[in-house]
This record gives sequence, structure tokens and C-alpha cells, in this order.
Amino acid sequence: MANLQSYLAGITSPNPFWLASAPPTNSGYQVMKAFEAGWGGAVWKTLGIPVVNVSSRYGAIHYRDSKMIGFNNIELITDRPLSDNLREIEEVKKFFPDRAVVASLMVQSREEWHQIVKDVENAGVDGVELNFGCPHGMCERGMGSAVGQEPHVLKTITEWVKEVATVPVIVKLTPNITDITEPARAAAAGGADAISLINTVQSIVGVDLETFVPQPEVDGYSTHGGYCGPAVKPIALNMIKSCAQDRHVGIPISGIGGIENWRDAAEHLVLGASNVQVCTAVMHYGFGIVRELIAGLEEYMNNKGFQSLDELVGRSVQKVRNWEHLNLDYKITASIDEDKCIGCQLCYIACEDGAHQAIGLQKNGSRKPYIIDENCVGCNLCSLVCPVENCITMVRRDDGDSQSTWIDYVNQGKAPDTFNDDRAGGKHHFVPPPSRGLKKSLKH
Amino acid sequence: MSDFRRPETIEEYYENFAQIKPLMNATAAYYESSRCLFCYDAPCVTACPTGIDIPLFIRQIGTGNVTGAARTIYSSNYFGHTCGKVCPTEVLCEGACVYNHQDVKPIEIGRLQSFASTEALSKGERLFIRMPATEMKVAVIGAGPAGIACACELSALGHHVEIFEAKSRPSGLALHGTAPYKITNQEVLDEVTFLQEQLGFQIHYNQPIDTIREWKDLDSAFDAVFLGIGLGETRKAGIPGEDMKGCIGATEFIEGLKTSPLETWVGKQVIVVGGGNTAMDACSESARMGADVILLYRRDKDSMSAYHFEYDMIRDAGARAMFNTVVIEIRGNEKVREVVCSKTIVDNGNLSIAPDSSFILPCDMVIKATGQEKQTSLLDLFDIQYDGKGCIVTDEYHRCGETKYFAGGDAVNGGAEVVNACAEGKAAAQSINRYLLKEK
Repeated sequence: MANLQSYLAGITSPNPFWLASAPPTNSGYQVMKAFEAGWGGAVWKTLGIPVVNVSSRYGAIHYRDSKMIGFNNIELITDRPLSDNLREIEEVKKFFPDRAVVASLMVQSREEWHQIVKDVENAGVDGVELNFGCPHGMCERGMGSAVGQEPHVLKTITEWVKEVATVPVIVKLTPNITDITEPARAAAAGGADAISLINTVQSIVGVDLETFVPQPEVDGYSTHGGYCGPAVKPIALNMIKSCAQDRHVGIPISGIGGIENWRDAAEHLVLGASNVQVCTAVMHYGFGIVRELIAGLEEYMNNKGFQSLDELVGRSVQKVRNWEHLNLDYKITASIDEDKCIGCQLCYIACEDGAHQAIGLQKNGSRKPYIIDENCVGCNLCSLVCPVENCITMVRRDDGDSQSTWIDYVNQGKAPDTFNDDRAGGKHHFVPPPSRGLKKSLKH
Repeated sequence: MSDFRRPETIEEYYENFAQIKPLMNATAAYYESSRCLFCYDAPCVTACPTGIDIPLFIRQIGTGNVTGAARTIYSSNYFGHTCGKVCPTEVLCEGACVYNHQDVKPIEIGRLQSFASTEALSKGERLFIRMPATEMKVAVIGAGPAGIACACELSALGHHVEIFEAKSRPSGLALHGTAPYKITNQEVLDEVTFLQEQLGFQIHYNQPIDTIREWKDLDSAFDAVFLGIGLGETRKAGIPGEDMKGCIGATEFIEGLKTSPLETWVGKQVIVVGGGNTAMDACSESARMGADVILLYRRDKDSMSAYHFEYDMIRDAGARAMFNTVVIEIRGNEKVREVVCSKTIVDNGNLSIAPDSSFILPCDMVIKATGQEKQTSLLDLFDIQYDGKGCIVTDEYHRCGETKYFAGGDAVNGGAEVVNACAEGKAAAQSINRYLLKEK
């Protein structure tokens, strides 16, 4: 049986599923409910000098019949007095001693940092998370992502905290930066015990085309917010991978960004996160989703024969290489299962208009398209647009014996180096003449 | 036994004849539109006789451009709303939906279409732009779907159009012949009002053209004429006793029910004869009026020309069916009392009466759904050529020989769906337009 017991830089929890610092951890009432539902830990809504919030605060991207595939907020850190939060932290921790309670913090001066770290430690927290990620409202006041975007400042503040902290210190990073490893390295250099990422991505989530006011609207105006939800998972996965691969970072990672189900969580874990934090999915569906997260991850680990999370964490980190190390001799082409094909011809038009004209239509009245093998570059597009599970698969065509990367190409003089080079990759691919594009009658 | 009680009030009638494709709300329409795959060269479009760009209008519903969706629909089919509700979508667009090959429920195209058209109709959105007026005058005989579609297209092209209709209301079988649970009379009438307001053609009601003088006057006053005269009454079945009280043609029965539902007499034990969709409608409707209904068809179930879902619907309404059965005689004393039936044998497609198989079914009403007459006397009057079946002969441009007469709809195709009439009326209008431009 898989054991989901989780460790992050010395902080233990019965499972790797934590609530991220956000509205679901605004109060002891909510965290109590969450722990009773089964969450392994909670990062408290960021504490500091309480703010005043606006209404409204959220906007979302809906895609077809799916609600909130992307979510955006302009809410700030806690608007509740520190003493109330401390009292509730203490109460929750007493009731659930086995769960991880981490205080997210955001203040300005060294004295303030020292004071608030001591306050939350007195309340019984298992760790602190420094909010260097919030990309709206607080950054304009020199906090949040303003710190996360300045590695030197980030390092200094981390050092201030480490001067007094007796519990593990996690630094939460902003993705609103070109190279995530820079602040990650600075955190490590400042003595952080772990990093957590990603915080939200700066965003305008949409515009009301009647009033021309972007969303969310506050009395005729809007402001940029922080983007999160399922849509940001790929951004998070890439940044987690980058930090996990960087030997100068070298500290554990708490993965955040677009986690809604066990698969999302497992992807974060295999790319190097030791645990994960969830917010938007809880704001959408409530604390109950943890049932699916725990059951799904357990089932998966049992099927894979993994006893503990250690066997899972980071398993995919070495599977990501820079582009120039990929094998250019690896060749696949698409294959359509005629028995499964329903004849929507989406693969045809996707390849025809958006790729390499490698799919043909039969002239015998059948709606089932066929692959023109010699034109197929193996890009996957057709298999991605196909609405039928496993109808279009990618089949390996090379013998698997040869390996030749871009680096090899350069070293062996096989890489094109002039504009009209004969060695251009697409030189011998079939491309129809432009005039033939006109003769195609437009069909809907 | 019928599953329905005979309605005593109009409310009970509407309850028994509840819409089988009720109006979707905006959320349902949005969700349903989300499922559409936007197929390339979509088979639903190919299956639609009017070629509506279905994936486009569904996508427009999904992006909140419902007026645009209605524009897409009406640009191909002037009876967008009526067809959304009365089309046999199961064998047309929805039957062609690729989801059927995946055992996934096909997109509810008909209901999405009605959703968009209802929105546009209720808001009175301007969907059509008329071309500058020409000097040309076209007469349309018959205000059925073919005639109105033709009138709409010609009006849009700027011609002056007048429709001459024998009855007091428009839309022909779309109004008088479609089952009440498919569409309400009000919806059919509202769509015609909408079209008239947008396109401005006139309809002269209660004006049959059935004398030489009327025809001559018309012939000399108009530059072209479109014949959308449809079909006539239910033809004689040749069964002894069929003129008896209580024996009625299906078309007449259905029209009566549509016109005055509570005043139309319906028997308690009804025999319906036939195997087409009209027979199914007659079964369904009499069953919903509380009658005990038996369908008699001379061949087996699979030989019926009715769509299988129409047959399923009569079973759901509580009607029974007896196959390989013919009515030999209708008996009674002034009024129908019983029918004498026989079983049939089909050998190599040839039908014969099984010896010693006759039996009697008691009944007080017989509805014959054995096809409608062609209006050949009218065609003789106009000197229009028709074939052996009485269908008007036209060329591929819907023109009756080298004349200024054009035709479409049931009178040409022998009896098809409303949507076919719409397509033919519109196509004929385009031919008439070319003809008029050339003549001038």
C-alpha cells in the first residue's frame, strides 16, 4: 500500500495536498473544515498589516461549457487583524496536530519580519512562507512580486527571516520573471529551506465589450490581476522543472499552479515538487475535491508499485532536455484507425490549413481521411484535434538504432547555415504551389 | 388503451399535445452548442435540403451572437423556425451528425435552430435587406412553404410578389398538416408575419385560382408565375363503405384538429389505415385525443415508409399496430360500426389476400392515410404538363417547359417534407429572377 506521508524541508503532513495561501485559508473556520475533509496542510492567507479590499475581486475564463478554466483575482493579503488570525491558528493546530499549518507572511521592514515570524511561531505554525509572489496591489507598495523580481532584495529579506526563524522557511516565487531560477537561487542563497511556485501570473482576464471595462470591474474601472486555475498548469510545470534541474537551487519545491485532480498533482510531483498546494479548484468545488486527489494518487502509486512519495518525486526531471539534445532521427507518422474514425474530418482540415497537407480525403464517398505518409512530419496535431480516443495514433517509423541531435548536426557539419541551404529540414517536404490554394473550394 | 384522456378544455388539449421539441433556454443552448465539433465539410449541412451552415450557426450561438445565428439560418431557409421544429431531423441533419458513429448523442440541431430563430423572431430583428425595387411582378399560387419561400426570395431580389391562397390562413401543410406537438399554430403564423414584415410580399387569402377567367387575368397581369399548389384531398381508397359517416381522410382529419381542436369529432375506437408518416400522425393525434387506436398496414413493419421514430411515437402514445392486414370492407348503419379485415401474404414483393383469414374489428371511426390526390384539374386549367403520377414536370431550373410558369413543393415532388418545399421554392425564385432579367 502506498503511503502518502509527505515531507517538505522538515515539515510533515499525512498527505502532500496543502491548501495554498488564498481565500480558502482566510479563517480558522475554513481550515478546520478543510482538515476535517482530509487536507494534509494549509498555508494561511498571507498575514501582514491588514488591507482594505475592493469589490468585485474575481474574473474568469470560461471555455465552451467548462467554467473557470482560468481564474483571475485582485484580492490582496488578509484584511483581518493579526491577533484574530494568530488565535485561530493556535486553535486549529491544537485540534489537528498532525497537519501542517504554515503562515504566509508579507511585511516590509526587518523589524516587522522579525516580529511577525516570532508571533506566528508562538501560535504554533510548522513553517513560514514568504509571499514574494503576489503580482497585484501589494507589489506597487514594494512587497510581493516586487521582491520576487529582485533576487538581491529577495535574498536579503530571506536572510532577515532566517535570523530569527526556528521553523522551516519557504520562499514563494512569482512567475512574472524571465528566468525563474534566478530568484530560486537567491532564495537558496539566502538560506531558504524550500521554495514554492508559482504564484499567479499578471493578467487582464477579459473585457466587457458592452462597457469596455475589463474584468473584474470596480466602479467603471479595472486593474491587472493574478491569473491561476487549470490554464496556468503548463507554466507552473515548466518553472518547477527548471528549478528542480538547477543544481544551484538544490532545495525542495512545493508545487503550485492549476492543480485540480490527482493527475495534475502527480505531474507536479514527477517534475520535482515534493508536495503541492491547491487554491482555485477549492474555490470552484470546495474542500471535498481532496477525496479525489488522495484516492487517485493512492491508486496510481499502488498500480506503479510506489511505496512512498520519494519514489515519485522528480521522476520526470531527467526526461526533460534542452531542444538541442533531442534525437532528430526519431521519426513518427500518424495512423488513423478506420474502425474508430467518425468522419468529422477535423484532422484533415487541421493538417491542411494548420500543418503540412499530409491528410487526404477519399474520393469514393467515404468521409474517413487517410494519412499521406511521405508528407507527414509527425507533429501530433491530427491526433490532438481528433475527438475519438485512440483513433489517431503516432507510429514510430525509424528503426530506433540511430541517434543524432542538433549538437551532432553542428559538430558534423550537417546543420544548415545559409538562408537557402540545401540541408534545410523542410527542403524536400512536399509543399503544394500557392496557386493550388485557390482552387480548393471553400467548404465549411 | 390510449394513455391519454380525451381533452375537455384547451389547456388539457395542450397538455396532451405537449411540444416534443420544446424551446431550449439560453444555458441549455450554450451547453449544447459547446458539444458541436465544427466538422469540416459537415455532413449535417449536406443532409439539409436547404444547406444551412449548421456548424456556423451553432458556433454563433456559442459565442453569444444569436442574431447572427438566426441570420445564418434564414439566409438558407426562410422557414428557419418552422423547420427547426417540424423537420425529421433524426433522418436529416441530426441523423448525419458524426457523433452517431461514436454512440454519442447527436447535437440537437433542430432545437438549437429553434432557439436562435425564436430569439430573432421575438425581437423582430432585421435579418433581410431588400434589393432596390424592379418593375417585375410575380404571382405565386399557394401560400404553402414552397410559395412563401419563393415569394420571400423574389421580394428580397426586389420584385413585386403577390400570393394567391385558397384558404384563409398561410403556410399550407406546415400549418394544417403538421402534428400539434411538433409546432403550435401561433409559431407558424408568427414566422409568416415576420417574413411579410421584413420582405413585404402580399398574400390574398380565400382567393383560389380555379376558373379560366381568374387564370387569364392572372396570366396577363404578371411577368412570371410560381405554382406552389401542393396536393389535394385524400384519395379514394376503393374500400366499400368508405363514404360512410365516420370514415375520413387523414389530411382532412389532421387539418380539422389543427383548426378547431375541441370541435373536431374523434371516435372512441379508431382504425387508421396506412404506413406513411401521415398515418403515424393520425394515430398519434387520435390517441392523444383519448381514442383507442389501431394502425392497419398491409405489409410488414419494415416496409412502412414512415420514419421509425414516428412509429415509436405512436407506440408511446398508446396506439397498437397490426401488420400484413388490409381492410376489405367498412360496415355500419349510416355510421361506421366495424371493419372487415384480412391478413396478407407478401411473396416476392407481391401482395395477396391470405385465404380464410378475414376477421372483424369493431370501431366507430376509420382514418384513411392512403395518400393525397394530385391537383390535375387545376393543372389542366393552366395547361401545365404533369407526369403519370400527376406530378408537375419541370426542368432542372424548376421551370415548366418554355413558359413563364415555375413550380416547386409537393405538387412537383409528389409529397415531401416542409424543408424540401422551402428549398425548392427558393431555388425556383432564383431561376425566376434569372428568367425575368433575361426577358427584360
